[in-house]
Amino acid sequence: MTKTMYEKIWDANLVHEPESGSPLLFVDRHLMHEVTSPQAFEGLRLQNRGVRNVHSILGTIDHCVPTKDRYNIVDAIAKKQVETMTSNCDENDINLFGMDSDQNGVIHIIVPEHGFVHPGMVVCCGDSHTATHGAFGALAFGIGTSEVEHIMATQTLQQKKAKTMLVKVEGQLPAYSTAKDIALAIIAKTGTAGGTGYVMEFAGSAITDLSMEGRMTLCNMAIEAGARAGLVAPDQSTYDYLEGREFAPKGEHWKQAVAHWESMKTDEGAVFDETIVLRAEDIAPQVSWGTSPEQVISVTGSVPAPTDFDNDVKAQACASALKYMDLKAGQKITDINVDIVFVGSCTNGRIEDFRATAEIIKGKKVATGVQAIAVPGSFPVKVQAEKEGLDKIFLEAGWEWRDPGCSMCLAMNGDELKDGQRSASTSNRNFEGRQGKGGRTHLVSPAMAGAASIAGHFVDIRDWK
Amino acid sequence: MQPYIKHTSIAALMDRSNVDTDQIIPKNFMKKVERTGFGINLFHNWRYLADNITPNPEFELNKPAFQGAKILVTGENFGCGSSREHAPWAIADYGFNTIISTSFADIFHSNCFKNSILPIVVTAEQLAELMAEIASNEGVEFTIDLAEQKVTTPGGIVINFEVDAFRKESLLEGLDDIGWTLTHESKITEFEAANKKKLPWLWPSA
Repeated sequence: MTKTMYEKIWDANLVHEPESGSPLLFVDRHLMHEVTSPQAFEGLRLQNRGVRNVHSILGTIDHCVPTKDRYNIVDAIAKKQVETMTSNCDENDINLFGMDSDQNGVIHIIVPEHGFVHPGMVVCCGDSHTATHGAFGALAFGIGTSEVEHIMATQTLQQKKAKTMLVKVEGQLPAYSTAKDIALAIIAKTGTAGGTGYVMEFAGSAITDLSMEGRMTLCNMAIEAGARAGLVAPDQSTYDYLEGREFAPKGEHWKQAVAHWESMKTDEGAVFDETIVLRAEDIAPQVSWGTSPEQVISVTGSVPAPTDFDNDVKAQACASALKYMDLKAGQKITDINVDIVFVGSCTNGRIEDFRATAEIIKGKKVATGVQAIAVPGSFPVKVQAEKEGLDKIFLEAGWEWRDPGCSMCLAMNGDELKDGQRSASTSNRNFEGRQGKGGRTHLVSPAMAGAASIAGHFVDIRDWK
Repeated sequence: MQPYIKHTSIAALMDRSNVDTDQIIPKNFMKKVERTGFGINLFHNWRYLADNITPNPEFELNKPAFQGAKILVTGENFGCGSSREHAPWAIADYGFNTIISTSFADIFHSNCFKNSILPIVVTAEQLAELMAEIASNEGVEFTIDLAEQKVTTPGGIVINFEVDAFRKESLLEGLDDIGWTLTHESKITEFEAANKKKLPWLWPSA
């Protein structure tokens, strides 16, 4: 019988399927950060339970870390959270890339850097953007804190099998369109609930043409379409990326591993519950205009009106988004001014993202009144960028070049929009207040963010000179 | 976990769709290391005026008729966005133990069951009827019977809803999830032994 990659991973990791009760799925790798783990450790302590497989866990501190003066955590409650993460990992012998590590950074950036996730694995983290690791052909998804505790105690999860959706993107992307634009275009098509109950597999020539960084950006946003996870089949790009990294298989094991990974790919002719198709040629650079990642349009477009939607819920959502975003129906996207530009996050905080922004801003100056912030996803990204001289390009253009962290993606660390400020942001969510109470977020690619910082408003980078 | 018991309680109406976890509990309140005390910040940015203290009279849950509500009736795709369990912690701490909608985001839905909260999925027509009954009689009390999988209202609405059998049992009995899984520990141990042979590079070398 033919099977999809999701079904193969499910079958390979199914520990037990009791007649009554829940199937138990084995979790190969467990990622951890300071915000969603403290209550799980506390739960273990209260029940006198231990951590079953310490080697399966990799931790970091990323959400609350200041990107300037990083040790100076002003908020006492946040400081305690960071200290709790450190002591929990120390007590349990967990591998933590903590505050003092030169490998510290955003969890979904550092995990791939160390080759900790491989194709065919089940990977969990108390963080919805765990979907990122689907780029490696791993079944990776976010969980709540009770499940973080459950995995630590049992190495399994009680799971229900998801349905499968094939998202096919064929053809060649237009110049300056990126993985981010593919992700936004898919969400615009499916809606934020379109993937609910599904695991998506991304396929087609536009997907296999993406770098590993691009695949991570794409899978990262599968959750924004409501999907439990996103997957890309492993191929030579995957193996080239993994080979030689700290936790990648070595020597004889490498060959065995590649053979195993190859066997996990979707079989020819396997049936998906749902299929959607996009043409890469149709995907222009995208800009979100509303307060949901599905409220997205091409940079060449205009802000829609509630009457443009045939569905009442979407029309009402449009009306309320226009009010919150202080936009008028019919306003051209390129006429929207920005106050803050942010490049970073687990979506677009990798080396390739900073190269893309740098290419656009090189030799230019940030528009008057605009604050532009570059936050590398990890210290290794920062060091690499500096080796390439990118920091100088950013600084000479009037950008701030900061230390790594989640920063303004969710604004827990003090980097935030003030009431009424408008951002061009390479992050993943434009929900009300996501980047600060009253802040207005427009999601874009790193190149589009770069251009907005110089022009002071959105521009079609295909016309950029 | 607290067992979920049949109850008759005020149903509050929040006619909004795609309510995301950033609205349920904004990130600035996620820095605590405890599970408790999040209720005061539930829907914070909608619930309070700019001074962050004064209740916003425009916000539906601040209506006097909805005080003490245990049932939240709301629009589709409730709980979308992040995986933060702080969202159901805040909902439970505020006093809700039941949410009725046409759909829930996946991770949020799963998190509810870990916190004695019953998410009930109804059809769009059923939701419209429930919302209409609340709108015409604010403060109305609905009865939720999980054992019978039934919602009943004074207006005569009766809805039979679906729920996963194991999750139902867990809620009704207040089961400890981890305790249940560990009754199958021998299966986990067997799996691990086989996995070490099959994929030895994933395990620490002895």
